[in-house]
Amino acid sequence: MADFMQQVVAGLASGSIYASLALALVLIHRATGVINFAQGEMATFSTYIAWTLTTNHGWNYWPAFAATLVVSFVGGAAIHQGIIRPNEKGSVLRVVIVTIGLLLALNGLVTLIWSGEVRAVPSPFPTRTIEIAGVAISIQDIGTIGVVLATVVVLWLLFQYTRIGLAMRAAAVNPAEARLVGVRVAWMLSLGWGLAAVLGAISGMLAAPSLFLDPNLMAALLIYAFAAAVLGGIDSPLGAVVGGLTLGVGLNLIGTYVDFVGADLRLPVALLVILVVLLVKPSGIFGKTEVKRV
Amino acid sequence: MSALLALEAVEARYGPVQALRGVSLEVDEGSVVAVLGANGAGKTTTLRAVSGTVRRTGEITFAGKPLRGGPEAVARAGIAHVPEGRGTFTELTVVENLKLGAYTRRERSLKADIDRVAEWFPWIPARGGQPAGTLSGGEQQMLAVARALMARPRLLMLDEPSLGLAPMIVREIFRIVRELNEKEGLTVLVVEQDARIALRTASTAYVLEVGRVAVSGPSGELRENESVRRSYLGY
Repeated sequence: MADFMQQVVAGLASGSIYASLALALVLIHRATGVINFAQGEMATFSTYIAWTLTTNHGWNYWPAFAATLVVSFVGGAAIHQGIIRPNEKGSVLRVVIVTIGLLLALNGLVTLIWSGEVRAVPSPFPTRTIEIAGVAISIQDIGTIGVVLATVVVLWLLFQYTRIGLAMRAAAVNPAEARLVGVRVAWMLSLGWGLAAVLGAISGMLAAPSLFLDPNLMAALLIYAFAAAVLGGIDSPLGAVVGGLTLGVGLNLIGTYVDFVGADLRLPVALLVILVVLLVKPSGIFGKTEVKRV
Repeated sequence: MSALLALEAVEARYGPVQALRGVSLEVDEGSVVAVLGANGAGKTTTLRAVSGTVRRTGEITFAGKPLRGGPEAVARAGIAHVPEGRGTFTELTVVENLKLGAYTRRERSLKADIDRVAEWFPWIPARGGQPAGTLSGGEQQMLAVARALMARPRLLMLDEPSLGLAPMIVREIFRIVRELNEKEGLTVLVVEQDARIALRTASTAYVLEVGRVAVSGPSGELRENESVRRSYLGY
């Protein structure tokens, strides 16, 4: 039983990393109907910035963490203004293809700047475990879950209780109408891209200590994030979080207790989740089935 | 008296289709002006040309200045446009819709403004937390008007407020528009297919035919006009 609980907590920790990246995908998809395939590479780029600040410039972890978030926000918004927005007049497919190009470009850029070498990234949390009700839980797992949950709460407060948050929601659900009330929709979309980049950066920085940092850090994580977002409902922020956590725990338990899956077959299981959800309930757990009203 | 809003030879097109072929009209401060006409005459496009949601040529002046830019800029200039077909954010709550109405305003007293708007639409406070999409058609149309009022506009533009609504609701909406005009001096430009009620509400009216102003004048005169009567009033 103790072992089972341990696996659940570890699952929640990796699940919160998926959730954070899934939330980034959902934010952009809700606002523009586009899946940002470059989300993972943007996160990798951010993670390298944090790594450089701590390893090469001697910054402490948390100031580097905060600085990375700021840089990521600005970078995400700039990518929208400079690269995505000029292509938004075309079809959704065109923007999607641009994000795939961005994926390749960022991946190349990361390799160019930081080389393909695998780097060890220190964890901001102690690697010790503490015992809660007879279950040994790693502090790193708790810290990871805590950071992501705090982020989700801050985002929720932003969207629910601030003027700018309301304007961003309005721009996402009905851009034409939002412009009529004076919302600068294009800037709201840029803010959304900035926030998505921040979420990606958080997932990258939290994932790097256990996965090690290399230019392909986020490749697999992006698949898990897709699975999480699809499972929860691609337009539902709550769904992304619940989907991420569910997937994290589910994959961890399957990997531990189902012999033939093990650690290696987790990725195919995630792909299977995507496939089954899209076949059975394409709108996901929390997604609304699209109803057209006349 | 110089007009609050003046259109001078405004043209607009959707691709190859020319929707406006030189429309000129004036809306005086404190008046209610109606734009009538059949489907496709260019009524909606006229409003869209003003709010900057369609590309146009020609001069549009508002409060003595040329009106330029997209809808964001026009909203900031003091024009509230309630588009055709219930301009509400259906996924957001009633109160959120109202808050968005006041989005462009610097001095913000949201609570007081919502109370003020609720005097016109007494059902609103009790339904504040409900998604706008769950309201009835008439309520959504009223919410769209209420949201426009939140901006404290100098000019309110209504596009077919009667569309798809029961006659009783339509009368209620036009009664409110009339009272807003009489009691608060709100200037209104309303596009309407229901010429009967529009002519009763407006002081001046323009009749559009294939993108041009065919007839215009005081509503009373238009009601007596033979061709207007036959084409739009049906008697």
